[in-house]
Amino acid sequence: MTSHGVGLVETRTAVLFDPDDPLPLSRGATLAPVEVAYETYGTLSPDRDNAVFICHALTGDAHAAGHHEGAVRPGWWDNMIGPGRPLDTDRLFVVCANLLGGCQGTTGPSSIDPATGQVYGLDFPLLDMRDFVTVHRRLLRHLGIERLLAAFGGSLGGMQVLEWALTHPEDLRHAVVIAASSRLSAQNIAFNAVAREAILRDPGFFEGQYVANGTLPDRGLSIARMMAHITYLSEEGMADKFGRMPQQAELAPGFGADFAVESYLRHQGEAFLERFDALSYLYLTRVMDYFDPFARERATDAAAASDVRFLVTSFTSDWRFSSAHSRRIVRHLESARIPVTYRDLETAGGHDSFLLEIPAYHDTVRAYIDRALEELR
Amino acid sequence: MTLRADLALVADLIEPGTRVLDLGCGTGALLAHLAEDRGCSGTGVEIDEEAVLVAIRSGVPVIELDMDHQLSEFADHSYDVVVLSRTLQVLHRPHLVLAEMIRIAPRVILSMPNFGYWRNRVRLARGRMPMSKEMPYDWYDTPNLHHATLADLEDLFHAVGLVTLERIPLTVDGKRLRLPETAASWAAGSAVYVLGAA
Repeated sequence: MTSHGVGLVETRTAVLFDPDDPLPLSRGATLAPVEVAYETYGTLSPDRDNAVFICHALTGDAHAAGHHEGAVRPGWWDNMIGPGRPLDTDRLFVVCANLLGGCQGTTGPSSIDPATGQVYGLDFPLLDMRDFVTVHRRLLRHLGIERLLAAFGGSLGGMQVLEWALTHPEDLRHAVVIAASSRLSAQNIAFNAVAREAILRDPGFFEGQYVANGTLPDRGLSIARMMAHITYLSEEGMADKFGRMPQQAELAPGFGADFAVESYLRHQGEAFLERFDALSYLYLTRVMDYFDPFARERATDAAAASDVRFLVTSFTSDWRFSSAHSRRIVRHLESARIPVTYRDLETAGGHDSFLLEIPAYHDTVRAYIDRALEELR
Repeated sequence: MTLRADLALVADLIEPGTRVLDLGCGTGALLAHLAEDRGCSGTGVEIDEEAVLVAIRSGVPVIELDMDHQLSEFADHSYDVVVLSRTLQVLHRPHLVLAEMIRIAPRVILSMPNFGYWRNRVRLARGRMPMSKEMPYDWYDTPNLHHATLADLEDLFHAVGLVTLERIPLTVDGKRLRLPETAASWAAGSAVYVLGAA
């Protein structure tokens, strides 16, 4: 990396919907108030035409780049965003916001329901990909941005970008959809289902009212995370990183975390509890399961009639959302005559490759966004 | 940017405003030119990483896929023209790719080196495999999997149901051959064909 990143940053919060102007959800319910946590990096140009929106993945948050006061680790996409980095904050104004239903500052199922004064729990309405877009569109209005130069997203974030570009193509010139899917496979849904079962069956879940009961479904949530984490890596990547290495000096057969990979997964499961909420996990994975935008009538008409252009990328070692998922997106866009660039990038990092600093990947993003900036002039 | 001579010739064969699929598009020079000069739209297909990055940087939509196996990704009649420049000879199954091309668009523009070029014949007569500007590779280290004379190529077109609408023989420098049509089989270094469905 050639620079020091965006430096010290803070997450801000905006109240975007209130009881007088509630958020209409696509399944019919309304929600108010809705707060949204977001961060911005770089400077909005006088023409307000250099804004890039980052849609985060399932367990991501608004803190994409830079450091919070006192923190050792930077934001989750710090290798991508910053001065001189592919999303160059010397030239771009980058916005990242926590999504609706999340647990990192944006209203979600563990927020307080003003009607009861208690946590919403399972009374929180079911969400749809469209609702994520509705809320983030409102945030743009709040920030005075009429049109994005680009929206970027990996995994669930890429699915949100796809939804955004198909339903409101006028909002963005470029849609960058990374390691995403336009329709989960039975296997994808199965993994999500087991993760939810682990949470729902945890004795501490209490029908979603665990906070009121003074318990947490930690066991279920950490098992969900451990299993999901396996699907984010590739077999090759895990073999490289852990092999059959013992956790201690040598193997000591028994039922403890004897292999290094076991210890690693336990750690991942534990660490996850500090930053994620079980209800958000239920709600957000369910949004992914039902997402199927190309099944809608005239799904691509609006995008085809606009000037939106797509960059779609997949990673060869990703088996959570294999290249076939991205090729399906490309096929639908391409046959609707929407300009689309597609790269299937050779990596060993599995689904999580989208978070890694892989030269061919970063070069691709850089080439794409540099061109997009050039077209502004 | 000036377009390579043979690509400029291909560009002249493409109607303004059409939608073009360029298979083996390289850095996307042809599509960038067509977009700018002729108001065409389209997509390139390429697998060379460096070339793909240049194409992206030039604003050309480019799709990374394997032409031998993945052209089924493109819908029937989704383009007006499919271009394949000097690439047929490196594909594993040229006959299947040709069939895919005419499924994707009603018109195919294709160029290919002529193995029957007289210098090649001379080298072969002397007991050596041909090497030339068109085919600068040693026989054991070449991307070219197939060699064909123009006559062989035209037999293949016929076999897969393609008709030749136009044939433009080129010199080894990629310029139009200024000799009678009948001389093409030995005098042309390569040829460009405009093909349609039979």
